[in-house]
Amino acid sequence: MLRFVLRRLLTAIPTMFLIVTISFFLMRIAPGGPFNHEKGLNPAIKANLERLYQLDLPLWQQYLNYLKNIVQGDFGPSYTRPEFTVAEIFATGLPISIQLGLTALILSTVLGIAMGVVAALRQNKAADYAVIAAATAGSTIPTFVIAPLFQLGFALALNWVPVGGWGDGALINKVGPVLTLMLPQLAVVARLMRGSMIESLRSHHIRTARALGLSDYSIVVRHAMRGAVMPIISYAGPAAAGLLTGSIIVESVFGIPGIGRYFVDAALNRDYTLVMGTVVVVALFTIIFNLIVDVLYAVVDPRVRYD
Amino acid sequence: MKMTIKSLLLCTSILVMTAGGAFAEMVLNRGNNGDPESLDPHKTSTVTEANILRDLFNGLVAQDAKAELVPGAAESWTVSEDGLTYTFKLRAGAVWSDGSPVTADDFVFAWQRVVSPETAAEYAYMLTPIVNAEEITAGTKKPEELGVKAIDAGTLEVTLNAVTPYFLEMLTHQATYPVSRANVEKFGADFTKPGNMVSNGPYTLTAFTPNDHITLTKSASFYDAANVKIDTVNFYPTEDRSAAIKRFEAGELDMNDDFPTEQLADMKVKFGDQVKIGPYLGTYYYAFKTDKAPWDNPELRQAISMAIDRDYLAEEVWQNTMIPAYSLVPPGITNFIASPMAYADMSQLDREDKAKEILAGLGYTPETPLKMEIRFNTSENHTNTAVAIQEQLKPLGIEVSMINTDGATHYGYLESKGDFDIARAAWIADYKDPENFLALCKTGAGNNYGQYSNAEYDGLLAEAAATADPATRMGILQKAEQKGVAEDLCVVPLLFYSYHSVVSDSVKGWEPNVMDIHPTRFLSK
Repeated sequence: MLRFVLRRLLTAIPTMFLIVTISFFLMRIAPGGPFNHEKGLNPAIKANLERLYQLDLPLWQQYLNYLKNIVQGDFGPSYTRPEFTVAEIFATGLPISIQLGLTALILSTVLGIAMGVVAALRQNKAADYAVIAAATAGSTIPTFVIAPLFQLGFALALNWVPVGGWGDGALINKVGPVLTLMLPQLAVVARLMRGSMIESLRSHHIRTARALGLSDYSIVVRHAMRGAVMPIISYAGPAAAGLLTGSIIVESVFGIPGIGRYFVDAALNRDYTLVMGTVVVVALFTIIFNLIVDVLYAVVDPRVRYD
Repeated sequence: MKMTIKSLLLCTSILVMTAGGAFAEMVLNRGNNGDPESLDPHKTSTVTEANILRDLFNGLVAQDAKAELVPGAAESWTVSEDGLTYTFKLRAGAVWSDGSPVTADDFVFAWQRVVSPETAAEYAYMLTPIVNAEEITAGTKKPEELGVKAIDAGTLEVTLNAVTPYFLEMLTHQATYPVSRANVEKFGADFTKPGNMVSNGPYTLTAFTPNDHITLTKSASFYDAANVKIDTVNFYPTEDRSAAIKRFEAGELDMNDDFPTEQLADMKVKFGDQVKIGPYLGTYYYAFKTDKAPWDNPELRQAISMAIDRDYLAEEVWQNTMIPAYSLVPPGITNFIASPMAYADMSQLDREDKAKEILAGLGYTPETPLKMEIRFNTSENHTNTAVAIQEQLKPLGIEVSMINTDGATHYGYLESKGDFDIARAAWIADYKDPENFLALCKTGAGNNYGQYSNAEYDGLLAEAAATADPATRMGILQKAEQKGVAEDLCVVPLLFYSYHSVVSDSVKGWEPNVMDIHPTRFLSK
């Protein structure tokens, strides 16, 4: 297993290199540049800015410099936030996005699994229909509707939570963002779990277990759920990479200082270094979570062996 | 005895309450339409940063609650007879927030920093009227050669290239604010961080969490501290306007400088006169590519301009948060009389008839239509505006197609002088002077996207620039607008911007003004 993990980590290096290279050049093909605003700059000032950020060098040289710098952990300065380096921006924003994303991930997975199991055990009964209805609603109502509705209901009408703001990380300020982040995930997990649980309950080994007279608890929790949880693991890996790197909608509606906003803002502003920073972060998260998923497969399913 | 104890208790509680009232901290929560790019005054350009920096720093001149010029760090100034030399007398005893005196040398240092190529300040052009400023930015001269001199610790002498009647107005821009030489030299780029930053304005920087909030605390060392009422001001970035209004409604924000215009009717019912709308110094316009046929024909440009129903755009597309524009320079600049287009007073039906006649004369009818492509930057209301114009021009034989791209692509394309028929742009005043708008049509100007070039127009602008008498100068600028905009349509003004914000009834001292600036030092709760 250890060898497998090491091998996967080593193959991540060329993968990252390819991602960085392709993104670097793709981004530079986009028309316009970081200093094109409604108010045009005079050529001398623009030239000074380009010199300051070394954008006046030939593209291949900029690319080599960039590679050299990121190997040393230097992601460069942000053009739109000249007071901060890209690394500083992620150092302040990423922990906040991770905190909200991880909470949403854990809650949605645990609750989703529970809902799915209940629905599967009560198939075609009231509880099942309730779960299906909730899951359908959860996955069809977009975040940009859920978030403002939450604010209208729980903040303005009921006055239970503040409308927005981070409040230096107060628990009450996180309720809305976490709920908004988790609802769509909860819906997917519940539906997936219901489907795979129904399938699992009909399988031969469960029939055998029942015939052997095992307790309901043991059948459901130890045998049926174990197999049924595999699709959840496959889904939760990539979903985690998305959740933990923040959401622009949730962050701008609730005024959360995470990094989700940069995915769009940086690209629109042609803030090249910040765009590259977000690409690297997402790529890393995706690689790491895919690895975790593969390891979990082996833990959960005894048939999976990597050595 | 009982009575005595009771009255004693009452007295005490009254005393406590009064004392509590007197010492209760006055906190203002301001929604600001974004997070500042930087808190280094020399590295910022937009109103988002200006709102915060105006509270932190005090330039040579400042603006009062009505955006009128008032003395700032300079107590008084004199202008030489030829209009080229300004001598500023700094406020005696004025100090930085660390207690060190604000000296003329700080201004020399700050302004050299603004224009030097290493700083790469986007708004270095705010100092271009000063001798050698442009050459220093272009790298052909040294920062020390800038036309600013500290005569003594309290006197600053500034020499200009030419008479610049709007120079003092330019000095209200944050790019001209002083920074403490000692502070910047000590911390370098990190001087803007809380704990490091030393400022000379009514407030000092206490906390800055990017994308969350910025907290400023009243500065005891500010010269007019006795009249500053708000103790703490928090700026919250409110990119999502709908959410900002909900935060306002919940009392989390005392004011916000924007709102979703489509909710205007609903908001007026809910908030009454806490909703503030009024004229703002900004113009929304379309620019024809005037150096390309057929758009090089002013007659054709006029016909299209006439056929655009600006009232419809303002009322239906923009829900009355914009004002129909028939001139480039918006109303609200003291002593300037705009030169509206000849058909400004005609009814829209008459305008359309006239437009039809001109177009038919040029050979364009619905049967033999003229194709026109509108380029604009992506935004729902820019799209709606273009679609409305498309519909308005169709019956006249103009077939409009549209191309929209994101802001950076759009302005990058226009700046690189790409080919187009007509394109959307806008100008928000940097300072209160018609020249700031009319320079958009000067030959070769960077923002002259339509490539308009007219010797008479350029001549009038040059003449105005050399005229010291304000009334005569405004007269010349009026003539320039008549020629370049009203007659030639170097750009087609469509709408004037308006400010639209929400301000709680509990906030006192908020004065409407065309610059939409509201320094916290004049507000109270």
